[in-house]
Amino acid sequence: MVRAVARADLTRLFKSRDYWLPLIILAGLFFVIIPFIMLNVVSSADRTPLMAQIGDVIGTLPPAIQDNIQGDSPSTRAAYAFAVYLLAPIAIVVPLTISSAVGANAIVGERERGTGEFLAHSPLSLREIYIGKLLASLVPGYAATLVGFSIYAVIVNVVVGPSVGGWFFPTTGWWLLIFWVVPPFIAIALALILRMSAKVRSAAAAHQASTLITLPVIILSYAAASGLIYSPTWSAFGIGLVAWVVAIILLVRGSRSLRRERLLGVASEA
Amino acid sequence: MSDAIRFLSVSKAFGEVRALSDLDFVAPSGSITVLLGPNGAGKTTTVRLATGSMQPDFGDIRVLGLVPMDDGREVRARVGVVPPKPAFYEQLTGWENLQFAATIFEASERAARDAAERFDIAHALDQEVGGYSTGMRTRLALARAVIHDPEVLLLDEPTAGLDPESSRAVLELISELAGKGRTIVMCTHLLHEAEGIADQVVLMDNGTTRAAGHPRDLARRYMADPVVIFDAENREVLATLEGRAGVIRMRRNGHVEVALDDLHRLPDLIAELVAGGARLTRVEPKQPTLEDLYFEMQRRHREEVTP
Repeated sequence: MVRAVARADLTRLFKSRDYWLPLIILAGLFFVIIPFIMLNVVSSADRTPLMAQIGDVIGTLPPAIQDNIQGDSPSTRAAYAFAVYLLAPIAIVVPLTISSAVGANAIVGERERGTGEFLAHSPLSLREIYIGKLLASLVPGYAATLVGFSIYAVIVNVVVGPSVGGWFFPTTGWWLLIFWVVPPFIAIALALILRMSAKVRSAAAAHQASTLITLPVIILSYAAASGLIYSPTWSAFGIGLVAWVVAIILLVRGSRSLRRERLLGVASEA
Repeated sequence: MSDAIRFLSVSKAFGEVRALSDLDFVAPSGSITVLLGPNGAGKTTTVRLATGSMQPDFGDIRVLGLVPMDDGREVRARVGVVPPKPAFYEQLTGWENLQFAATIFEASERAARDAAERFDIAHALDQEVGGYSTGMRTRLALARAVIHDPEVLLLDEPTAGLDPESSRAVLELISELAGKGRTIVMCTHLLHEAEGIADQVVLMDNGTTRAAGHPRDLARRYMADPVVIFDAENREVLATLEGRAGVIRMRRNGHVEVALDDLHRLPDLIAELVAGGARLTRVEPKQPTLEDLYFEMQRRHREEVTP
């Protein structure tokens, strides 16, 4: 049942080029184009004023991190630092932005189209509808992240790898970030956004409100991603654990807040 | 015959707006019950309460012996609904929409295909629903509603926006379903639709039941006075009918409709008109229609509430 709800939404999304094309462009920009250009520029910028500035930035990193940065030349060290540490937050910005855009429309969209009436009269439980909508919103963002991350890994290894003795990416911090920290942060944002999507009167209002919700979560997760990539593994694991607990609490509360009357559009004020 | 649906003193309000007020009605199993009333009478709210999608403020609702608010999942699994404006996922094909419904209602793909064929929409299942006409949407909505072979079918204005031919086809299909033992509850404000197929009419107004029963029984109850249609080449003479013995009321509609206290008065009236120079072209006892009944009830209600 849950799969049917999610699959219907995902099929719809897949067929709406106007909808998914900007999201693909966003993921491509952040995971592929910007890293590719930056890593190439940094790798070939030895003994330039730019390299001096990058060296200054690297000099501000914690000593333990500086010790981990590999490479003999300044440009290699700068490229390594960029790839492993400074670009980490994109892993969280991309899925949050994509999933928020999908999630904002998830429930209010059903109401606006009138398809909420069908769901309301169906034997689906509210929890099944909620989880189906959650999955349909989470999957595009997370899938884009996984694909983008894979391409990013290849770019990093191809551009920076030869200078540091071979393929080295993803590092432990990135594995944790992608598979342990990013999912609960998407879930936190979606729990808030789906709740809002069930309450607002129109899809336009939902998109406006989702921006307000997503922004603090992005800032929070950006800080977490930046921090944990520098931190020892156990603290990254801890940040993820806390995020999972918060996400589960919010999701349980969110699933309880959905009511059939909201799918029908007669309880928008409630 | 057991009751498939029973509403007992059901009330529902949305803020200050009272949608239903002590609504009572019973839909016997295997019958076609038509909820008839103007826009805002509470018909759609009634459907939504019957599936447990909304909770009543007061009153008792039973559907197939179950309480929709408590046993909603089972009720909804045994009931099919066609909403007033059937909506679909526009980017999906008709078949994808039906597949979705089949999964949710735990019906087979074969059942989905059969439902599409029954409602003559199978030929368009490969098209995206966004390109469907109103008639095709209604047919797809009906197919979707019966995909799980429901015991009760709730149809909310199923012919809205359809051309006469499609409307007739839909009504025939509804009658066919009732013939197979399904309980049908149909909401409409179109009197002629109700007339043809209803086993029972529930006249609703302002969220309450004004009357319920078979159209013929209701006519007998509320339109006891026989009505005769008169027409003549010289229509002005027909005005003399007003005030004659036995004439209760008269309505002009090109021709003249006269309500009599007794149909046996008719020969005398004809004789008097002819003697008065009337060249009669039509004298015909009129069978009261549901429309007559509806307006008669509205008239009586206005008289009751207006001192």
